Order: sequence, then structure tokens, then C-alpha cells
Amino acid sequence: METPAYNTAIVKSFVNWSILWGLVAILVGVIASLQMVLPELNFAPYLTFGRLRPLHTNAGLYGWGVGTIFAMFLYIVQRLCKVRLWSDKLATFQLWLFNATIIGAAVTLLLGYTTSKEYSELEWPLDVLVVVLWVAFAINIIMTIMKRREEQMYISLWYMLASIIGVAVLYLVNSAEVPVSLFKSYSAFAGTNDANVEWWFGHNAVAMAFTAPPLAMFYYFLPKSTGVPIYSHRLSIISFWSLVFMYLWTGAHHLLWTPVPDWVQTLAMAFSVMLIAPSWGSVFNGYLSMRGQWHQMKENYLVKFLILGITFYGLQTLQGPMQAIRSFSAFIHYTDWIPAHIHMGTMGWVSMIGFAGIYYLIPRVYGRELYSIPLANLHFWLILIGQLIWTVPLWVAGVLQAGMWHATNADGSLAYSFMETMIEMYPYWWVRTFGGVVYMLGVILFIYNLFKTTRAGEPSPISEIAVAQGRA
Amino acid sequence: MWEKKPILFLILATAAILVGTTITMILPFAWVNTDADRIETVTPYSPLEQEGRDIYIRDGCNNCHTQTIRPLVTEVLRYGEYSKSGEFVYDRPFLWGSKRTGPDLARVGGKYPDAWHYKHMAAPRSMVPRSNMPDYGWYRDNPLDPDMIRRKMDVLGFPYTEEQISDLAKRNEMDAIVAYLQKLGTGIAKTEAVIVGELHNPYQNDSSVLADGKALFAQHCAACHGDNLEGSDIAPDISDLDMPDADLYQLIFNGLPDGGMPGFSAIGSERLWKIVTFIKHQKAH
Repeated sequence: METPAYNTAIVKSFVNWSILWGLVAILVGVIASLQMVLPELNFAPYLTFGRLRPLHTNAGLYGWGVGTIFAMFLYIVQRLCKVRLWSDKLATFQLWLFNATIIGAAVTLLLGYTTSKEYSELEWPLDVLVVVLWVAFAINIIMTIMKRREEQMYISLWYMLASIIGVAVLYLVNSAEVPVSLFKSYSAFAGTNDANVEWWFGHNAVAMAFTAPPLAMFYYFLPKSTGVPIYSHRLSIISFWSLVFMYLWTGAHHLLWTPVPDWVQTLAMAFSVMLIAPSWGSVFNGYLSMRGQWHQMKENYLVKFLILGITFYGLQTLQGPMQAIRSFSAFIHYTDWIPAHIHMGTMGWVSMIGFAGIYYLIPRVYGRELYSIPLANLHFWLILIGQLIWTVPLWVAGVLQAGMWHATNADGSLAYSFMETMIEMYPYWWVRTFGGVVYMLGVILFIYNLFKTTRAGEPSPISEIAVAQGRA
Repeated sequence: MWEKKPILFLILATAAILVGTTITMILPFAWVNTDADRIETVTPYSPLEQEGRDIYIRDGCNNCHTQTIRPLVTEVLRYGEYSKSGEFVYDRPFLWGSKRTGPDLARVGGKYPDAWHYKHMAAPRSMVPRSNMPDYGWYRDNPLDPDMIRRKMDVLGFPYTEEQISDLAKRNEMDAIVAYLQKLGTGIAKTEAVIVGELHNPYQNDSSVLADGKALFAQHCAACHGDNLEGSDIAPDISDLDMPDADLYQLIFNGLPDGGMPGFSAIGSERLWKIVTFIKHQKAH
């Protein structure tokens, strides 16, 4: 069968923009981390920690994370369906609306227009743009799948479709708000209800936007990179359906010991522990797909990113359920342990897979070999070490502060004032900033390597002719 | 066969997602914010307090401060009575937060005098050495917009008087944020620990604890009462305090209500008596 001409221009654009937003996110993150140790770096009113931190999370999650997901889905869906994208115009519209939304988010968050709901801070006019953006994306993906020339939908397409539906449901409900003016609205839900809706959203946004899509990428790029298929199709079916069924029950594990009804908390705790099974189903499937191929960890830099990525996914999905248990949550919640948990997921799992995907497709969409594999290896080590310098000390710091918060004297009084526990955090926060800088250096090398590839990379034997014909 | 039928697949995936959603997200609405968890003494925010809340949201205070006290021993000791669902019925959005870079604020209302907040918001390290909170002195330069606040109150459906609205013209953002902070957690009556039995200072005339007492005073009291007990615009001069040890202990233990002075029961009797001994020693000299 003749390979159809794919739309690669849109993939290039999404990759470029998502990397730009990723760099912004890291830079703002480093600045915000410095503000925690040097409060005089808060420049009122626009550049205070309270406004920069949402900018950091939004640029990271939506600029870099969702931007990469758009790039990868648009690349993968054409190849798995063996057809060109349903609509090039819609994809171009999606690209510019995406960038407009991210710029709008950055400006409004700095101006203080925020709903305050974590990972859903954008005010209602931007929510409307996000919905239009997601619908445009969904239509293009679904219609491309509808006109596919490959009967069977591969695993990656299941995760894509689940992500599209899941994000739509979550975002629409959690963003329900009553406008007061163009820049101010109030949540449609109050108090405890609002909290429960928000963390149903918050936790499942992690599932539908930052678990399902990287899994879609992983299931596509691992076999493509190693040249051997996924170990077990049956295991992927079981993992997929149990993941999409069980995730939605777990949001309230962010609200253990709060006024949210006890039975909701208990269900969240139980389902969080059960989620280990489907999560590790995918981890095992990845590891077992490497049987007889482990030598590729040494020879193939793509495999390194993918296998370390899925390993951090495995660690993340063990640590998460542990934190979702009431007794451990009572101890560790609200400390620096939690940001470290999140950053293992974002810097370790999601970004590692994103980098692997970009490295994989760059030669195929530009028709040039990667400029430097040694630089890619250095990038790998810098982001791995940077992430560990970031996370490990903060886990230690979290345990330390939790221990001090809960410490009592023999007469039952508190052993430490709040400030006595907080000042212990300063050294760890400095180390965290250092980890962030190391990670940022890795990403700058990555950008340099890609830039040189597009300008000076050797013509790629895989795809030179295919690219010339728009068929890569 | 679902692997070959995208529409069927979408329907199945949606159904899988909606089961947990219905049970854990939709069903709780049947109990929460109903008569089942209503607290009669909890009242809506006044226009000034609501505006303070919106400033709190605007500047992302919830990124560092939580507003929910868990029913755990040390948490109740540190912050006060644990949070109840009915206390939050007027909170749109909720502001429970997820990280305590700073302390929980669920019951900060009435804990400190207004003057403490004004000074602390403008220069946090002047009141709490080594704090990493940003300065918010610029709130004093920002006037309030009464028309906009009226619209907000109408959208929220909260009661207000014309007097409250016209009063806003004379206030600034600092007044609003302090009013909001002073409202937090005051919807239910404050519980006071009751001291049983006779109070007797174990360190009376024991000069060996004076150094400890001085250090504790510097840590917990000096920000308001001055390094040399000379007082400030927040709290009175106590260098010449004439009060029996037991009464002074009781006062520090419980504090003074309605933002008079925070209670220090959580630091324990040993440290409290050392502070009492130190303060009384100043009078003696």
C-alpha cells in the first residue's frame, strides 16, 4: 500500500512552540524557587510568588505538556491510521488558538486574573478558548480515525480517545463559574463541594492529560525505537480499561482528613491503591517488551529516555498510592514532599517521554539525522540528575518538616513553632533551585541540538526521499 | 471488536469514566451544603471581607497557605478546632490549598490584633524573623471600587447595606485583606482550654531559667511587646507588669479574645512558666 502524504508542517510547529513554552515554564520555576529563599525577589505586584507559581504550572502543564501532546497525537494518528490528517486548516487553527490561549494565560495570570483553583486557574473567557481549542483538536483526531485505512485501532489510539473524552468532561464541569465581569467569576460550587469537584478534576487531569497521552506515546515510540513489538496485547487491554475505570474514583485522596464526606475519602484511598495494578501493567508491558533488547539501553539513546520515563511512571504510581493512604497522608500532606512527587512525574515521566518522542520524529519530519547523539546523551544525564537533585532532598525535607509539625513534648504541648520548622527548609530549597538549574541546562542543550539538526544535520537515510515527497 | 469501532469505543470509554465520576463527584452533593452539615452561626462575608477574599485569590495566597484544619492532635493544638463542612458554604471558590509553605489560616481570625496584620502584611519579617512571605505594603495605595464590589455581592447573593458600600470608598486593599483574615474561622465559637487545679509557678525566684525565658520571650512575644518589654503600637508596655504569676500564666495561655492577643497554650506549661518568670523578673528590677 502506498504511504499517503502526511501533514508534517503542523507537527514541526507544535514541537517548536511547546519547547518554547517548556523553557518559559522551567525559567519561571527557577525564579519562583529562588523567591522561596530570597523573598526580596518578589517584585510587586506582577512578579510575586503567588502569581508566578500558577504561571509556572500553566506554562509547564499546558504550554509544554499539552503542546507536546498535540504535536505527538497529530504525528502518531496519521501514521496509525495511514491517512493524512482530516483537516489541515483545522489543525492550523488549533495551533494559533493554542498559542493565543497560552499567551492569554500568561498575561492574565500575571495581572492577577485567576480562579485560584489549582491547574484550572484561567478565568472564564480563557476557559471558553480552551473548550473551542479542545473541540477543534478532538474533531480532527476523531475524524482522522474515522477515515483510517487500518482496520484495527492500535493501543495508542485508545489512550488518545480516552484523553480527549476525559479532559472534555473534567474541564467543562470544574470550570463551571458565574461571571461578574470579563476578568472575574465565582465558582458554580461552594466550599466542600467545590473542593471535591476541583480534586476530581485535578487528579484526573493528571490521568487524562498526563498519564494517558504519555502512555499513548510510549506504546507507539517504544516498539518503533527498538524494532520489536509490545510484549502483550492482552495486558495492554486490561491495563487500559482498568485504568480509565478506576482513576475517576480517586480525586478525594487530595482531601483526606478534610470536611469532604468520609466515605468519599475511603473510596478514593481504596481505588488509589488498586490503581497500582493497571499502572504497573503498562510498566511491565514496557519492561517485558525489552526482553532480548536490553543492550539497546546502551546503544540507543531513545530507549534510554523511554525506559527511564516508564520507570519514573512506575515509581510515581507506587508513591502516589502510598500518599493516598490516610495515615501516611496525615503525616506528609502539605509538606515539600508533595511538590517533589509531582516533579518526579513531570520532570521524570512526562517530559522524558516527550523528549523521546521529539527525538524520534525530528529526523522523520526534517529529513536530517540528529546533529549530535553525544549531546542527546548529555541531555539525558542532565535532566535525570537535575530531577533527582530536585526531588530527593525535598522528600527528605518533607519528612523532616512533617516530623517537626507532629512532634510533641512529654506534657502534650507542641515541640516546635511553625517558624522553627519552616526555617529548616531553607537549605533544601536552595538545593532544589540548583536541581532546577541543572535540568534547565539539559533542556537548553536539547534545544541547541535540535536547532543544529534543522540547520546542519546530515541528510537522514530513513526519510530523505520520503520527506521530499511529504510522506515521512 | 471495540478495537475496530471508534464510536463504540468512545461510548464505552465515556461510560467507564462516568461511573466513578457519578459516585464520588456527583453523589456527595446530596449531603454537602445541605441541612445535614449546616452551622447556624456561619454568616456570609461582608462587602469589605469579600473584597479581601478576592484580593487573597488575586495574589495567590492559597499557593502557600491552607485553610483547613485536620482532626489530628498536633494540628488542633497548633491551629485550633478542626474544620467543619458547614463553615465553608459561602466560599466560592474554596481556598483549602494544598501546601503549607506558611501556616494554615483557617482560624487566624481574631487571633492577632488588626495592627499586627497591618504591620505584618507590609513587612512580614518585621513581625516574623526569617519569614519568606513577600511584602504587601502596596495594598495601602490601592483604593477599592464600591460599584464593582456591589456587583460581586449581587452575584453571590450575599446581604449588604448601603452604608457598607459607601464606606468602601474610604478603605484600601489593606483594610480589605485584614478584614477578611479577621473573619476566617470565626463562624464557630472558639474553644478555650480549661485549666483545672491550682496554678503554681515551678520556677518562682529561680534565676537559672531567666536565659531560657528571655529567648522564649524574644521568639514569641518581642515582635509586639518589644525586645525590652517596652511595648509598641500593637501591644502595651509590660516592663512593669503587676499581676500574680497564676493570672499572667492564664492570660498567656488563653490570649485575649477578638484579636486582643494570641493564646500560647500549645507551647506547653514549662515554656509558659519560663516566660512568666522572665516577665515578672523585669518588674523586680
